[in-house]
Amino acid sequence: MDLLFKIFVEPFALMVSAPDLLAQTLWEGLVGGVLYALIALGFVLIFKASGVFNFAQGIMVVFAALTLVGLHEKGVPAVLALLLTIAVMFVLAVAVERVVLKPLVNQPDIILFMATFGLTYFLVGLGELIFGGEPKVMITRELFLPQGATDLQLFGGVVRIQHIDVAAAVVASLMIAALAVFFSKTRIGRALRAVADSHKAALSVGISLDQIWIIVWFTAGIVALVTGIMWGARSDVSFALQIIALKALPVLILGGFTSIPGAIVGGLIIGVGEKIGEFYWGPLIGGGIETWLAYVIALLFLLYRPQGLFGEKIIERI
Amino acid sequence: MRAPDTPILAKGDVLLAVENVSLSFGGVKALTDVSFDIRKGEIRAIIGPNGAGKTSMLNCINGFYHPTEGRITFKGATRRRMRPYEAARGGIARTFQNVALFKGMTTLDNIMAGRSLKMRRGFFWQALRQGPALQEEVEHRRVVEDIIDFLEIQAIRKVPVGKLPYGLQKRVELGRALAMEPELLLLDEPMAGMNLEEKEDMSRFILDVNQQFGTTIALIEHDMGVVMDLSDRVVVLEYGRKIADGKPEEIKRDQRVIDAYLGVAH
Amino acid sequence: MFYREAGQYKTSYAADMAVFPLREDRIGLAVIILAAYALAFTRNDFLLQAVMIPFLIFSLAAIGLNLLTGYAGLLSLGTGGFMGVGAYACYKLMTAFPEVNVLVWILLSGFFSAAVGVLFGLPSLRIKGFYLAVATLAAQFFLQWAFNRIPWLYNYNLSGAIEAPLRTLFGVPIIGPTATAEVRYLVVLTLVIGLTWVASNLVHGRIGREWMAIRDMDIAAELMGIKLFQTKLLAFAVSSYYCGVAGAMLVFLWYGGAEYTVFDINQSFFILFMVIIGGLGSLIGSFFGAALIFIMPIGLGIALPALLGPFGINVGAEVIEQLRFMIVGALIIFFLIVEPHGLARLWQIAKQKLRVWPFPY
Repeated sequence: MDLLFKIFVEPFALMVSAPDLLAQTLWEGLVGGVLYALIALGFVLIFKASGVFNFAQGIMVVFAALTLVGLHEKGVPAVLALLLTIAVMFVLAVAVERVVLKPLVNQPDIILFMATFGLTYFLVGLGELIFGGEPKVMITRELFLPQGATDLQLFGGVVRIQHIDVAAAVVASLMIAALAVFFSKTRIGRALRAVADSHKAALSVGISLDQIWIIVWFTAGIVALVTGIMWGARSDVSFALQIIALKALPVLILGGFTSIPGAIVGGLIIGVGEKIGEFYWGPLIGGGIETWLAYVIALLFLLYRPQGLFGEKIIERI
Repeated sequence: MRAPDTPILAKGDVLLAVENVSLSFGGVKALTDVSFDIRKGEIRAIIGPNGAGKTSMLNCINGFYHPTEGRITFKGATRRRMRPYEAARGGIARTFQNVALFKGMTTLDNIMAGRSLKMRRGFFWQALRQGPALQEEVEHRRVVEDIIDFLEIQAIRKVPVGKLPYGLQKRVELGRALAMEPELLLLDEPMAGMNLEEKEDMSRFILDVNQQFGTTIALIEHDMGVVMDLSDRVVVLEYGRKIADGKPEEIKRDQRVIDAYLGVAH
Repeated sequence: MFYREAGQYKTSYAADMAVFPLREDRIGLAVIILAAYALAFTRNDFLLQAVMIPFLIFSLAAIGLNLLTGYAGLLSLGTGGFMGVGAYACYKLMTAFPEVNVLVWILLSGFFSAAVGVLFGLPSLRIKGFYLAVATLAAQFFLQWAFNRIPWLYNYNLSGAIEAPLRTLFGVPIIGPTATAEVRYLVVLTLVIGLTWVASNLVHGRIGREWMAIRDMDIAAELMGIKLFQTKLLAFAVSSYYCGVAGAMLVFLWYGGAEYTVFDINQSFFILFMVIIGGLGSLIGSFFGAALIFIMPIGLGIALPALLGPFGINVGAEVIEQLRFMIVGALIIFFLIVEPHGLARLWQIAKQKLRVWPFPY
């Protein structure tokens, strides 16, 4: 009885009695969700264009951020470091296309998926070897990103809003908008969608797969870099980020693998859901449930709707 | 190979009846109000132009799709929403338009997998692979070897089927279906993509199966020569509707069938 | 010359169906097993403790995952979690009932992870491929959290770790601080051989064929009367059983004690890599894969400092670890591209060549 009370009554009572706490939790959940959505976006881009479920997107985020900070540490000016990092992401895209994608063309999806595990571990080792494994601080100021916080007087309490979080939300929105335009309005965007539908058909109308894949992986690399900067600025740049980045997977399950709006909505649901769950229900079972709550939400959702929020129902044929 | 277990029905009785079956996916109608029957011991052909709903019909018969309307009666029992494995247990076996073999397994294992339903030994004996489990394995191996002899595929017994040429794959697939000792065998374009010689072989196997084991066969095929020679009765579908049903020679003369195949000036 | 099948006629189906139909293979296997037992008497602690014991245990875990991923085609990223369930279940059981022999508990603990495996395998009814992989990640992260945050599981130890108490068999300590490497090695070896034998029986019979059938073409399998759901759940159960037993052995027969971090996602991935590199759908490949992934860093640790030391390049332990990640990652990609059936396939080709040697065909 007591337990039921603690599960079904107390948390809601707390939400109502302290709306400022609720607002704070929601805000943090939303910002976290935006960042999940960004990582998921990288997944979706690659999945749409090459049918590859890129497990390495998380490590690409870490790798990009690490390269940026690492270069700066070695004395490269911030802006130049940023440009160099972009160049590195381009080289990475080309390398992935040449070494991984091209030889594995026409293999079952699951093989490509596993190949990206290999890529993940390779990048983990490489990143640590070059830049070391210890956490680093993001060069927030040098990149002209806002710092500090504003305290808002709300609901008879205080809600603290970090400026970097606002910046993250704005940058994320801009990038998503830019990608949407890129996908729907440009020639390359059309080619991308054609490739997503059928590799063979796209080839037959003269679209170069190599080029498309490089562009897509490069774009995903840029998305990863932006995500890495934003996330790094909120916490720090370390390999622990990679595990957190895996939460983009449940986001994708919610949103569907091919839908950009799905990635955003899914990201926000997961971000808010896990913060609320952790804050209000976590203490009941010892806390730290953030590490798995997102997955369990996705799992339950899968049982109910396997194709995701925005996916189409699959008709099996034989 | 043994004949199917204790035939309840005599030759010529209705084995399977399809009544007013409709099937739609969302707004798309794949089948509309189709009725026909399959009699014990006959070879029944289902023909029609591409997209006429032939494969969908087979999918309904063995429970892979569930008709939106209408009913299907098999061996006197009417089923609503039957699961595919229930159809298999009931004695319906099937081959596929695009070969659906277990590509990583050998010919032998593929056909042995067709015996799964008939194998009884549980997990414990399987784990030990001694005594009863081994005995059972040998027993079924014997049946499978008979099928391999029958289909003349002894040489490829231990070759992974993914490496076999298309014609042989089709043959292995037939073997796998035969291993289930079905009462009703559904063949979805068993001769697609074959050359003349392979077609002749396959026709011979189909006739032998039908005559030696008394297996009822429903067959989708595009080669009209084959259909007319093999089948006892033919049902013709077009755009998901039945347009003709009867003996091959009647079908050949049917004006609607000729129009459907050759096109008609509107 | 010495590896020939000529003159060996099989006169019964049973003989043809044997797992090792060739006489030479059977002799070879017997020699390997005898040699493995003989190793115990070398009393070389480094060899037994640092190489053989973990190699065998990881092989067992890899076999477990291979049954699920390689045979039944269900990708799991929760191996570490399932191994942990075995370890913690075993710990609870043997501390609660110390009078029962620990070997019994090690073997029974697998049933607990089998139950958990089935629970997290339930979604496989509706989802497959990477959707299922994400579902198993849920198992991984949830279980890891449970090992950390539920103190009951580690008997409220302040350290948060589980440790092997002293347990004996016929008066000889087999786990705990005083158990020698030789004894533990013999126990591990025997368990691994026994369980490998059972796995081999399963995959060569009806159940194995049903697993492979749903892997290769699930729809066709279903239309042939194989119940997908039961077959998949059975794969989850058996696979998790093996992983659970391997987990219990890992903690109590190798480390001697462990905390939850042992069963993290990296463990899951390394077991998966063993399976991929060794060969999906091959039991012997699981041993090859475990050997390569586990023994390679040991080799690097010895070879690199020796090679680079003279040039004044210092190779620390962390560099070895980083190189290990890179090499393993590269190997995964390499094998997926060049030989998706892994080392097991190379082994098969080598045997095939040996069969006709010295002629090319």
